[in-house]
Amino acid sequence: MKPAPFTWHGPRTVDEAVAVLAEVGHEGKVLAGGQSLIPVLAMRLAEPAHLVDINAVAGLDRIVVDATGVTIGALVRHASLERDDAAAAAQPLLRQALRLVAHPTIRNRGTTVGSLAHADPSGEMTSVLTLLGGTITARSARGERTIPATEFFVGPLESALAADELAVSAHFPAASAGTGSAFVEVARRHGDYALCGVGAVATVDPAGAVTGLRCGYLSVSETPLTVDLTDAWNSGDDAAAATAAAARAAVDPLPDIHATAEYRRQLAGVLTVRAAEQAVAQAVQRVGTMGRDNESGHNEEDRSA
Amino acid sequence: MVTRYFGTAVKRTEDLRLTTGHGRYTDDVGTGPDGEHALEVAYLRSPHAHARILDIDVTDALDVEGVVAIYTHEDLEGAAGEPLPVLIPHPGLHAARTGYALAKDTVRHVGESIVMVVAENRYLAEDAVNRIRVDYEFLAPVVGIEASRAAASTVHDDVPDNVAAHLVQERGDARAAVAGAPHTLEYDLSIERSASMPLEGKAVHAKWDADDASLRVYSSTQASTSVRAAIAAKLGLALGKVEVIAPDVGGGFGVKIVHPWPEEITVPMAAMRLGRPVKWTEDRREHFISAAHERGQEHHVRVGFDDEGRILGLDVTFWHDNGAYTPYGIICPIVTSTQLLGPYKPANYRVEFSSVYTNTVIVTPYRGAGRPQGVFVMERTMDRIAQYLGRDRTQVRSANFILPDEFPYDQGLIFQDGRPLIYDSGNYPDQLTMLKEMIGWDEFPALQQQARASGRLLGIGLGCYVEGTGPGPYEGAHVNVQTDGSVEVAIGLTSQGQGHQTVFAQIVADELGVDFDKIRVVTGDTRRFGYAVGTFASRAAVMSGSAVALAARKTKAKALRVAADVLECNPDDLEIESGLISMKGNPSTSIPLGQVAVLSNPLRYAFDEAAKAATQFAKPADPDKPPVAEGEEPGLEGKDYYSPPRSTFASGMHAAIVEIDADTSEIAIRKYCVVHDCGNLINPMIVEGQVHGGVAQGVGGALYEVMAYDESGQLQNASFMDFLMPYVTEVPRLELGHQMTPSPLNPLGIKGAGEAGVIPVAATIASAVEDAVGLRIDAMPLNPSKLFELRATATALTTNQVREGLTP
Repeated sequence: MKPAPFTWHGPRTVDEAVAVLAEVGHEGKVLAGGQSLIPVLAMRLAEPAHLVDINAVAGLDRIVVDATGVTIGALVRHASLERDDAAAAAQPLLRQALRLVAHPTIRNRGTTVGSLAHADPSGEMTSVLTLLGGTITARSARGERTIPATEFFVGPLESALAADELAVSAHFPAASAGTGSAFVEVARRHGDYALCGVGAVATVDPAGAVTGLRCGYLSVSETPLTVDLTDAWNSGDDAAAATAAAARAAVDPLPDIHATAEYRRQLAGVLTVRAAEQAVAQAVQRVGTMGRDNESGHNEEDRSA
Repeated sequence: MVTRYFGTAVKRTEDLRLTTGHGRYTDDVGTGPDGEHALEVAYLRSPHAHARILDIDVTDALDVEGVVAIYTHEDLEGAAGEPLPVLIPHPGLHAARTGYALAKDTVRHVGESIVMVVAENRYLAEDAVNRIRVDYEFLAPVVGIEASRAAASTVHDDVPDNVAAHLVQERGDARAAVAGAPHTLEYDLSIERSASMPLEGKAVHAKWDADDASLRVYSSTQASTSVRAAIAAKLGLALGKVEVIAPDVGGGFGVKIVHPWPEEITVPMAAMRLGRPVKWTEDRREHFISAAHERGQEHHVRVGFDDEGRILGLDVTFWHDNGAYTPYGIICPIVTSTQLLGPYKPANYRVEFSSVYTNTVIVTPYRGAGRPQGVFVMERTMDRIAQYLGRDRTQVRSANFILPDEFPYDQGLIFQDGRPLIYDSGNYPDQLTMLKEMIGWDEFPALQQQARASGRLLGIGLGCYVEGTGPGPYEGAHVNVQTDGSVEVAIGLTSQGQGHQTVFAQIVADELGVDFDKIRVVTGDTRRFGYAVGTFASRAAVMSGSAVALAARKTKAKALRVAADVLECNPDDLEIESGLISMKGNPSTSIPLGQVAVLSNPLRYAFDEAAKAATQFAKPADPDKPPVAEGEEPGLEGKDYYSPPRSTFASGMHAAIVEIDADTSEIAIRKYCVVHDCGNLINPMIVEGQVHGGVAQGVGGALYEVMAYDESGQLQNASFMDFLMPYVTEVPRLELGHQMTPSPLNPLGIKGAGEAGVIPVAATIASAVEDAVGLRIDAMPLNPSKLFELRATATALTTNQVREGLTP
């Protein structure tokens, strides 16, 4: 379990990094946290001739929280984002999902953008980015472009990044007023890849009625799957069963040595209802809080002023 | 003997070193600033489960800069090129087959080593391995017991039925008893494969001294003396020219008792040929595909019983998947077949097993070694009988227990040590009483009912076992008092982190009357103690512990003789405490033990101040007597061996409360209780640690671990990502109760504790899950996906009921 020979590159700036990538093309791999790449190299499942180690690149470790949402640089570790209170306030789903990403030691080193670039459909953050309608910004010697999540994840372990591109940041939109979110999953062991995971974003009106319910899935489709379940959720007496059934119908899981496809499908249904209930409850609470704020004379504009 | 340390939770002397990164494992040998850099090895291992090797082309590999040598089977000379030994021959093992140090012409499992590359480092060695081309002729792989029994294809050409061994043992006439019993049941039970998975894999470091024509080998082994003998035999060396040392070993759990591993022959061979130190450290993938697994067995059971649930006849047939070769013989199935009986006394018992070949990694003992399977069979049987009769599960067990006044109890079978299966002591009814109280057995039905009312599925289960521990043939120990009063203890048996340095020092401290911190214990170093058997079968404390006690007693007797001479008194009037020998009742007349050590070694040369006292002009001596008296030897030391007539039988019972998530079928262990009897406890903390670790591995075997072979013989989960050892988050908090029924067989009254924790876990969890969901659990391990499937098809499970009784 020793990697094949490779040339190590240690750029100090994004420009240097993309210059190297332009030069080495398909022979190159970007190394950030290394939590997926290093085992792959050690097992010689991949033998890139060049490793472009961006850990010393300046300016990629920032978390920027503004009215639009949370933007993170390519070197922001999962753990940093998980612990960032401003990020959690702007988009609660981030922390809700990040605490389920592998183990603390892996989160300390692994980067969220690296995980997105890895495009593993069993990764929590790929699912979150898609569910929230986020974007990835990629830079190359040719210029910079911003790619919506829906276009970024092309297939299992396959992203829209070109060989000469570096994913420099990811943007997660802020939670809008009247929304709540939740993230639940079932894994064989704590911190393992989930057999199935579900993120939910619910929107309620001031009266508490659910006006939107969208769920994002992991491990049950080839690319991150997002499903609008608003109608099922509002379908009447047995809405929970209808929602679960809709979720089961939407997913397309594969069997493996840990679980059958049927079991994963069952989980998709069960976890959808659990996530939806939590998300709706949170949305109702946030609407309620907002209402009380309004009554006491502090509306949204006042708070942001 | 004043017991100051025996029975006390003395802190482990090993831990500071091991937990602060100061352990010295085989891979660390020679890596210090003055270390001689060792060449490193990588093996080309078969990517195919069954194939003939047509051609090996190493031309491209030789071009890799830094490659020093490449060896194939053709390069093995003499005995090294012959098949590896069958370590434990048995008359029932009629078709034993073993592999070669490097595959000769056929490979029989993925992972079998074919080519050895020696290079300046492991990276280069692996680069070279990748450039070797082997032409194979593919042969049909045999995977799984069913395929092996069908024998449409064979693993070995000359074993047409794939059966390596067949053995029947019987007490009474079980089949007649089943036929004549008021009630009968018949069913199949199965257990899947798992493995020892020590944190440190195997490792070998060899250094050849050409001038001295001697070899020093470090190996991460559980049996250094026997590895030494095997290396000497395979490489044509005199035993006296080979030293084998097991330095710190990062866990063994059974897999490292197998020897010689191919690497234990090829690495020393390369060192001898190249004249440079050579080392190989197994990586995790190699460990998965080329070390050993265990546990895979399928059982067919017929049982006849009376209205009380007493077993009148038990007739078990089972098939043991031994993998591609049988280097360790049939110990595991023998253990299953005998230890299946547990604390019970069925009136008639027949067991028959076949050990069959498959194109998979070899099967050798893993902690528990056949017992978890046997206990699973017996405890599932107890639960079935209870359910059939509508009786409490503990009642049925009680009706079958061997009672305290029935010891020694002869089960009428031959055990794995070739000796009669005679239980020495135990008290099973009391154990069950303790367990029921701890888990809250009698209160549980109300709790279960209450939970069910709110949609929660709770279940309770239990599992009982008896474990034959401490088999012979022998272990020995050497106790040597230094002139500074400190004590060197050496045993040949190895340590893999169990705490041997601590517990053997505890024994010596009490027996000899010295302070604990004055004692140093060396284990598994053939330079220090050449005769030993090994660390397996929960035998270290029983065997080496007893030998250490006997050697310490000899040492003490000599110390008192020498001291009595000096103090001019009778040895019986003396006692030793904290290293000071003094007259009983007159402590002012005394002499330190270190001074006695000086005097026990008559000297010509005073190499230090203390030594002066032992030199020839130091004091007047009897001119007619030799300085070393007749029958004495110089030095204050004692060596002794312990060889018991047979094994001693530890026992225990586990109980669990589990909760099944009604929607996801996830299985959570809510409470786990253990009652454990290993006789007298040397160190309760270490015993508890052993039980905790054992239960953790048991949880792995019950709910997580499988070896997922596909039909072509590829192991699909050969990494820690997909082979699911439980994390600490998956292991329940344990409640532990000790029962102590001392063994009458050894001087310390102890029984083995190493494997116990793992043994009944699968049976216990199965019992509890069955209770929670009301569905038969016939196979372990169980996972949520399987349980979901079982529950989803529950309505179709009437077939279970059909099988409850024998067809009329």
